[in-house]
Amino acid sequence: MKVARGELWAGRTLLLVLMAFTILPFISIFMTALHPSGTVPGGFEWPANPQWINFLTAWNQAEMPKLLASSLFIVLAVVPAALVISTMAGYAIGLLKIPGARVLLFLFVFGLTLPFSGIIIPIYFLERALGIYNTRLAIVLPLIALYMPFAVFWMRAHFVNMPAEISEAARVDGATIWDLFWQIHVPLARPPIASLGILMAIWTWNQFLLCLVLVEDPTQRTMAGALGAFQGHYANDVPLLCAGTILILVPTLIVFILFQRQIISALLQGSIKG
Amino acid sequence: MTMATPSKSTVTSGMTSDNRHPAAEISRRIFRPRKIRREDVVGWLFVLPALIMYTVFVIVPFISTIQYSFFKWNGVSPATWVGLRNYANIFQVPNLIGTVINAFWLVVWFSVIPVGLGLIVASVIHRVATGRLGTISRTVLFLPQVIPLVAAGIIWGWLLALPGLINQSLKAFGLGALTRAWLGDFDTALPAVGMVGIWVLLGFCIVLLLTGMTKVDPSLYESARLDGAGWFTEFTAVTVPLLRYEIGVCLTVTVVAALAAFDIIWVTTAGGPGSSTSVPGVQIYILGFTQRAIGPASALAVMLMALVVLVIIPIQYLTKEKKQ
Repeated sequence: MKVARGELWAGRTLLLVLMAFTILPFISIFMTALHPSGTVPGGFEWPANPQWINFLTAWNQAEMPKLLASSLFIVLAVVPAALVISTMAGYAIGLLKIPGARVLLFLFVFGLTLPFSGIIIPIYFLERALGIYNTRLAIVLPLIALYMPFAVFWMRAHFVNMPAEISEAARVDGATIWDLFWQIHVPLARPPIASLGILMAIWTWNQFLLCLVLVEDPTQRTMAGALGAFQGHYANDVPLLCAGTILILVPTLIVFILFQRQIISALLQGSIKG
Repeated sequence: MTMATPSKSTVTSGMTSDNRHPAAEISRRIFRPRKIRREDVVGWLFVLPALIMYTVFVIVPFISTIQYSFFKWNGVSPATWVGLRNYANIFQVPNLIGTVINAFWLVVWFSVIPVGLGLIVASVIHRVATGRLGTISRTVLFLPQVIPLVAAGIIWGWLLALPGLINQSLKAFGLGALTRAWLGDFDTALPAVGMVGIWVLLGFCIVLLLTGMTKVDPSLYESARLDGAGWFTEFTAVTVPLLRYEIGVCLTVTVVAALAAFDIIWVTTAGGPGSSTSVPGVQIYILGFTQRAIGPASALAVMLMALVVLVIIPIQYLTKEKKQ
């Protein structure tokens, strides 16, 4: 690579400035979180007497164990169910090419760019009628449905490229469509299923609007939804609000750092295919 | 497997029917004349769970939204038909049409700036950042994309507050006169919210464009450089034309994020001060759930959904056509 020395340093400086722009906000809230609760510190001051206790206070007041359990419950209810039904639908549309596959695909693709806020009001009335309003199911069921356009589209993109011979060979051996699906096609589809699972887990964990509208009790929400409620309570106590925000971010950050390669590539592929 | 069939029929789906196979007995039972139909029925059963969920929680609510938009309804007492009045209302009430205008301003902040800046930055980084620095920067720049938007909103709500980091830095550079409560000022609230969008989306655009650049044939860059092309020539002659598709993806994702924005704005300003940062998503929530004006809220929702589609289609068309 022939790049002039000056340009090299200019480029690296630009990169470092951008990284600082990304990181500084996190450092700012971290330092603020260590100031005495109830004070209004500057945005970038190391406290004279760091109040690590703020994290404990926020942990207790935000009922973190309950929040974690609730978020995990919702993710574990949404992601596997959505994966199974979207993979089955993608298989039928992309590989079995059932009659009406094109219409079905169009129907699902139609929902790809649908903003959640566009249909949130009828969902609210529907859930009141079904009696699931203000329960975790109120978040779980619509989320599974709202992921279907992307998930079916994604899985179909995998199955449509699978050679038909694979199933034919097995069919000669007497396998049913059901067996074929579970024993041959699902194992082969593991990479796209894994990426889809990562994406849906992140989206679920970060879901806010559905929580705000459909569940009043913060401890029945996801992390992001609970954070919104926490903000309402501690609008005037900046250090505690910052401490709570950090606590809520920690699980995401740990998972991101551990699985950064998979997460980045899943999110990039997700947007490219979507 | 109940129906016995007299003989094995010719299989229509182009399948090599291997009768000599030892498992011929089984194949005979599977490749019955009605095989196609049966497979189709099973195929439809495979789609059914997804289709039912999607219909109940997306398609039906979508139709209901359109239906509600023609009524005056508070959610409790009987609804009255008002025809297109809710739509006419959107254009007559400054607060409502204002949300649509604000949404387009947000497109500048959430979409035009991150994609434009992202292209420039990515092309610079592409030339210099290889190896470790490249990997680390990818992770760091992507970070805002994985945290909840609510958290991004809370963090920036504090940074942009009077004692926050932004004002503190301005003072440090002797620009104390510029300090203000950025999110509370009618003139600066929208750009301030836009900053949050840039912070969230810039890294995503950079990483996505960088990934696209690595797929461009290196010999193109090589020959451009042999011809003595500087950064700018390389940018306009190689990078932008070859990255049309990736640019289209960035635009699509960020435009949807701008038009359908809710989380960031709800957490930082809730649409205020006045309605200077109110966008359709926020206004739908306020109309529907605090003012119980279901009709106007639904009309705005229909407008929003139509708007997103109308803006996305040309972007998709322009960036996909020219790729070939």
